[in-house]
Amino acid sequence: MSRSQRTAAFIAGRLASVVLTIAGATLLLFLMVRLVPGDFTSVMLGPRATPELRAQITHDMGLDRSMLEQLWLFTSRAATGDFGEDVVSHRPILDIVLDVIPNTLALAFSALALALVVGIPIGVIAALRPGSWLDNGLALLSISLITTPTLVVSVILFLIFAIGLHWLPVAGAGDPGDLVDRLRHLILPSVALALGWVGYISRLVRAALLDTLAELHVRTLRAYGVSEYRIVGLYALKLALVPVVSILGIGLGDLIGSSVVVEIIFARPGIGSLIFNSIAQRNFPVVQACVVFIVAFYIVANLVVDMINALLDPRIAAGRG
Amino acid sequence: MSGLVATLKGICSEREGRLGLAFTCLILVFALAGPLVSPDPNVIDVKARFAAPGLAHLLGTDNLGRDLLARTSAGTRYALTLAVMIVVISSVIGSLIGIVAGIAGGWVDRAVTAVFDIVNAFPPLILAFALIALYGKGSATFVLLVTVVFIPQFGRMARARAQTLRNLSFIEAERMLAVHPVTIVVRHYLPNVAGPIIVLASMNLPVVIAFEASLSFLGFGVQPPKSSLGTLIKDGFISINQSWWPTVASALVLAIATLGATLLGEALRRVIDPKTAGVR
Repeated sequence: MSRSQRTAAFIAGRLASVVLTIAGATLLLFLMVRLVPGDFTSVMLGPRATPELRAQITHDMGLDRSMLEQLWLFTSRAATGDFGEDVVSHRPILDIVLDVIPNTLALAFSALALALVVGIPIGVIAALRPGSWLDNGLALLSISLITTPTLVVSVILFLIFAIGLHWLPVAGAGDPGDLVDRLRHLILPSVALALGWVGYISRLVRAALLDTLAELHVRTLRAYGVSEYRIVGLYALKLALVPVVSILGIGLGDLIGSSVVVEIIFARPGIGSLIFNSIAQRNFPVVQACVVFIVAFYIVANLVVDMINALLDPRIAAGRG
Repeated sequence: MSGLVATLKGICSEREGRLGLAFTCLILVFALAGPLVSPDPNVIDVKARFAAPGLAHLLGTDNLGRDLLARTSAGTRYALTLAVMIVVISSVIGSLIGIVAGIAGGWVDRAVTAVFDIVNAFPPLILAFALIALYGKGSATFVLLVTVVFIPQFGRMARARAQTLRNLSFIEAERMLAVHPVTIVVRHYLPNVAGPIIVLASMNLPVVIAFEASLSFLGFGVQPPKSSLGTLIKDGFISINQSWWPTVASALVLAIATLGATLLGEALRRVIDPKTAGVR
């Protein structure tokens, strides 16, 4: 097989496994909801359960039909983005979720970008002087950043910059029409979310760069008198970034997960705060839709990352990576 | 005993290990010694609410005038207890499932791996959210549900080890000699899986501590009147305009606990399993 065929086969295999995983996750979610003890309509509706709403839920979700039919109904509707109508606001659940998703995506991607922009240089600086006091200091800083829970970082940032110094806004996502205002509202949450990943990425870059710098082809370059800065900047760093790319998928999933905490602390609308509020109101259809979205996003992000990696490093597609 | 001493020596041979051990001991002493130096964490004294740190209350008081040193200490104790329980239960269950899958192979293995993959398709916090929302709160339920989230990691690790062991000649020999499979598992698989599982468990301890705190902060974990670090941060955060001190105190304890446990876990990995030690 040629290289491009191998890459294509790899991508096809990954696609198939993605479809299976999403199907499996949907099944698990379905079972989780259906296996809750007690009358299902009461569980779904909580204190809102009136006879009319019970009838609506029973009809909407096909509760009067067999389990298999229900599963099919749920899956086929979820696949087309039809999650039914919210019993609280009487809006389509899809619209409710789509309203808040851009906020969460802006938060997650800006945090990831911030983590890369700050984390990569720290890793490079540490790798250039291994064992120096600077390297040791950066190592301790990175580990502290990694281990400090997002919860702690958010609360401390909130205290210092929003309450203490009044530099940045306390709550919300900002005025929808005002880009500057939105950016100002984004700063604290995205820094809070990014700091842990700054530490993680810098450690990863440092280790990968040290590995690369120890390789034979780098030694050859040195023997030819190529300057160290050229070696790092032009050759080594590119290779050292492969492991960074491969954790970005997990990173995005983790960021979306942690965004719940950040969105609650900074009172920011988003999918995390939507889940939180829906759970508080026992509004499970909305929770279910949010979880489907997050899982699909998580899986697809990992798929995209795998593909980028397969293109960057043909060994991965060949199964030797 | 000599093994324990050797492990401790190995941990202390590097600065990170010493630091981790020191932080961890600090947190343990803080958690255990609270009742000795401070009054009952649940005594309400409304007149003394939001008191600043002073002689009567070393860490001040909260919105109901409860002593914060006592509360933070009790909260740390409870948070650590829960985290250790979650890590122990999920590592034991995960190891057993993983070993069975690794030995059995075939469709059992494929089914187990598929379930692990599916569970891993959920971001951990979101899965815990959904489970707790559906199946209710309360400490025992909480421990069990969070355990579900962490089982796959241990399962994968144990499965991989079991697969390599299965084909080794000494295990094949015992199979030929018709030694009972359970005996083989107890005698050979468990001791061989234990090392990496202990390392993974210690690496996961700080993750679980932070996880518990986040869930409790959001109101999905520990329920009043019990308190953990997460609920303390939440209580402090609600009245943050009156007094920032409670929030900072409990947040700092949480940060030191996770940092100490992480450094200690790294050091333990270096000692027990030097091959995989490296960047986190």
